[in-house]
Parts: sequence; C-alpha cells; structure tokens
Amino acid sequence: MSTPSGAQAGTPPASGAGANIRAIPARHPGRWVATAFVLFVATLFVIGVATNKRLGWSVVRQYFTSSSILHGVLETIALTALAMVIGIILGILIAVMRLSPVPIVSAGSWVYIFFFRGTPVLVQLLFWFNIGSLVGGQPAIGIPFTHIVLFHLNVNTYISAFTAAVLGFGLNEAAYMAEIVRAGILSVGEGQTEAAQSIGMTRVQTMRHVVLPQAMRVIIPPTGNETISMLKLTSVASVIATPELLNVSERISERTFQIIPLLVVASIWYLIMTSVLTAGQFYVERHYARGALRTLPPTPIQRFRGLLTRNVIRVRPVPPPFFPQRREHN
Amino acid sequence: MNGAVPMVKAESVRKSYGKFEALRGIDIEVPRGSVVVIVGASGSGKSTFLRCINHLEKIDGGRLWIDGQLVGYEQKGTKLFERRDRDIARHRAEIGVVFQHFNLFLNMTALENVMVGPVHVKREKKESARGRAVEALKRVGLSDKANSYPAQLSGGQQQRVAIARALGMQPKLMLFDEPTSALDPELVKDVLDAMKDLARGGMTMIVVTHEMGFARQVADRVVFMESGKILEVQPPQLFFDKPQSERTRSFLGKILTH
Repeated sequence: MSTPSGAQAGTPPASGAGANIRAIPARHPGRWVATAFVLFVATLFVIGVATNKRLGWSVVRQYFTSSSILHGVLETIALTALAMVIGIILGILIAVMRLSPVPIVSAGSWVYIFFFRGTPVLVQLLFWFNIGSLVGGQPAIGIPFTHIVLFHLNVNTYISAFTAAVLGFGLNEAAYMAEIVRAGILSVGEGQTEAAQSIGMTRVQTMRHVVLPQAMRVIIPPTGNETISMLKLTSVASVIATPELLNVSERISERTFQIIPLLVVASIWYLIMTSVLTAGQFYVERHYARGALRTLPPTPIQRFRGLLTRNVIRVRPVPPPFFPQRREHN
Repeated sequence: MNGAVPMVKAESVRKSYGKFEALRGIDIEVPRGSVVVIVGASGSGKSTFLRCINHLEKIDGGRLWIDGQLVGYEQKGTKLFERRDRDIARHRAEIGVVFQHFNLFLNMTALENVMVGPVHVKREKKESARGRAVEALKRVGLSDKANSYPAQLSGGQQQRVAIARALGMQPKLMLFDEPTSALDPELVKDVLDAMKDLARGGMTMIVVTHEMGFARQVADRVVFMESGKILEVQPPQLFFDKPQSERTRSFLGKILTH
C-alpha cells in the first residue's frame, strides 16, 4: 500500500498528513465464491424443473383451475377461517381463565393446554372423526349419576369429516392461542393496572381501555403466524377424507395416476394463499409497530421506489402515534 | 364540609407480606388542606402505607379512614368486611395518586390520559372532559404536549401529565409516591413546582419523597418512618433543626451532608 506521507506503518504520522489518506474496505473473496455456488445450484434447479417431463406442466395447467380443485381451495380457506375463529375465541377465554385467582379455574385451563398441546393434532382429528365409537351413536346429554336426560345427540349426523376437522384444529389451536394471549396480557406492566385502578377504573374497564389495547401489539404478530401455519396444517385433514385442497388433488391423481402434477397444483395453490396471508401480516404488524418504533420498516412498494430513485431507502417519517386510527378516545 | 373530620386517619394500621411486617401499627391524622411529607430509609414502609391509603395494598389490621369513611372495608360489629370491586373503585376515584414511574397509559396521548378517567369513570360528557383536561395540562405547563404519546415525553413531562391526570378527577386527596426519584436532576424542579402550586391551592397531600428541600418549604408536618413504624412527627423547622430521636438525627446526618 502506498502511504502518501511515506511514513512507516506504526510510526505516528506527521501532523496534517492524514488529509490524504484513504480507507480501503477489506476484500471478501469468499463472498464471490458463495455467490457463484448459489447461482450454479439455482441454474441446475431451474433447468431440472423446466426440462423434467414428469412434472407434467400441461397436466398442471389442465387441473389448476378445475372446479374440484377450486372447491378444495374454498374448503381449505373455510377450514382455516373456522378453526382460527374457534381458536381465537376459545383461546382468549382459556387465557383469562389461566390468569384467574380461583385455583380450580386456572388449573382447568392448565390441563386443557397440557392435553391439547401435548398430543399430535392428527391424533386429535382421528378422535373427533371416530367420536361415534367413543360415545356411542346417540349419547345422552344430562346430569351425571341421575336419570335426568336433557337430550340425545346424534353424533353420526353432526360429526362429518369437515366438522371433525374444524373441531380438531380449532380446539387444538385454542391451546396455542391461549398462551399467546396470556403472554400479551402479561406483557402489560403492573404499573398500568395500578394507575387505572387508582383513577377508579373497575377491573373490566382496566382490561378494556388499558390492558387489552396494549396487549394487542404482542398478540397480533404471532396470531398471523398461527393463521399461516393453520392454512398448511389443514392438509392433515385429508387423512380423514375432508375434501380440502390436498384431498381433492389426491383423489384426482388416484383416478389419473398423475401424482406429481397434482402435488404441484396443490403446492402452487398453497404458495398463493400463504403469500396473500404473509403480505397481510406484514401490513398488520407494521400497523401495530407504530409508537413502538421510531421509523417503520419500508413497504415493498416504498423499497422498490427507493431502488429506482437512489440506493438510499427513504421512509416517510411516521407521525409517532401509538394507534393512529384511534385519536379520539371512545 | 366538616372541618373536624380529618382527611386521613390511621389507627394502628398493620400490613405483612408473609412473615415480613411492613407496617407495625401506624397512627396518624392528616387534617384537611395540610401537606404531610413522609421520609425514611427504603424499606421503612412509607410507600406501603401510601398504597394502603387507596387500597392498592390491603391492610391486615387496624383501621384507616378517608374523610370519615373506612378504606376498602365496611365495619359490621367487630368485623371488617372487604367492599365490592365497584365500591372500592368509587372511593379510589376521589384520591389522586402519582407514582414513581409515572405509569401513564402508553396507548393514549397526554390529553387522552387526562380524559379517560372523567369520561369512563365519572361518565362526563366528552366535550366538557376535554375542556377540563386541556385546563389541567395547562396548569402543569404542558398545553403544547396534549397530542404527544408518553414515549415522546421526557420523564419530567410524563410526571407532570400524571399529576394532571390525577387532578382531572378532581380528587380531595393527592398521594405522591417518590414522584421525583426516577427523574434526571434537572427535571425535578418542574415537577416540584407543580406540586408546590397544588399545595398553595389548598390540596390535601401526602408525599413520600427524598427531596428534603421540598419537605422544608412545603410540608406542614414531616413524618419519619423506620421499620414499619412512625418514629417522629414534627413541623419541618423542628424536624430538621431539632430532631428528637437518635435515629432521626443519624438519618438526617447521612442524607443532608452531601
């Protein structure tokens, strides 16, 4: 390296000499090697996918928007939505029970979480699907140890494969949502509750106006993750013959022996649905990060614009309100 | 109002946490409109006593009245029965509390912090509540910060919003639990000024603090606590210049030398 002042390394330079010295960043040959390797593997992959006839792209195209596949997609969406609704509502209830000062109530919630988190969801699905063999075809609902019967339930009518899947996924999800909601409630400091009580709020008012709005910031992001996981998890219901996306794909391939192309059809649909949810989650999380972050991460559109204009990513300075939609307190 | 009934009266108030006795028989009367400053080493029970006054901590024995009414309990015969959540909340609404760590509601602006009590607890009309909230913020010198969130305010500003929030409920008694202990030194003055202003306005105040200058200037009486008991109650002049007990003298010696 040439040093303009001619000073030897390690000797203190003459004053003023520093003005001409430039800093050279270190070179990273390893990064070039890694880049070449990744490009190589990617090329192999693309060539393999493009030239492998067994992927049967024409078959994929043929079935991609066929009515039975579209019905399967709708069934998957319905299953995901219903299971998440049950999971969230029941999960909030179980979380509140878990935080109850009454020992038996809190223990009940603990046992629920222990059971549903501790057994595989596939096993739970099979239990629901075979509930008829567990309780008999027409179990009586009444008061135990008496002869009082309120009504008979016709299990075989009510528990279809779809209902079994909704119940199985929903009740299982409730156990996970309960822990997420509990973590959210516990994340709000005790000082907030004390301050609310000291201005005369009741417990319910404190929960509604102070604790839950702040807990949402912690609850929302993992709930988005859970929804995306649920969407993929519903494929497990194909085992009990719920006509969701994977199940209808399998039925078509059993008829046509086109196994791989129909798996590709299902995979592309799953990717489309998870992409939509992921994008939704990005914006929801960004919304709830307001007030907690000084500048928000740029949206993909802002990032793209930034690339066009300059290499610097500019983010609109955010007016820092915590919940901008709720300026007025209701 | 009856001037003879003290604002706060404590009669051998006791409080334990497991085996640890935090309060071992507190007796004191705080007359209406007076300022009492409680000093003492940490762990002496002064914050615990303050929190008992609005039932944030439940007392285990003795009796505690505010404005002639028992705090948190109802007496029937020789027994005290704890009141319902709703009744306790109604009593608390009449007592303002300012905490060491401010405890402003983080999801609300300064103005909303001051409004939320009047609107939801006192069921006031939003417009009148807003008007009074603006007034309360003006009184603590923060009119320009009405729309700021707590995270955007300095510690001193947050604490003054907390004072405004308490004042917004038009309390008959204000409790301050080490209101300046978490503040940078140069921010303390603004908060103390707001408190002095309140005292001049005739508010009944109980203040736990280490600010001896404030105690000397503003207090009507200074209370010295030690291991869950009141050792000494004096007007500030006597307390600082002629402390009675040996323990008080050594406490003052330690904190006034630097």
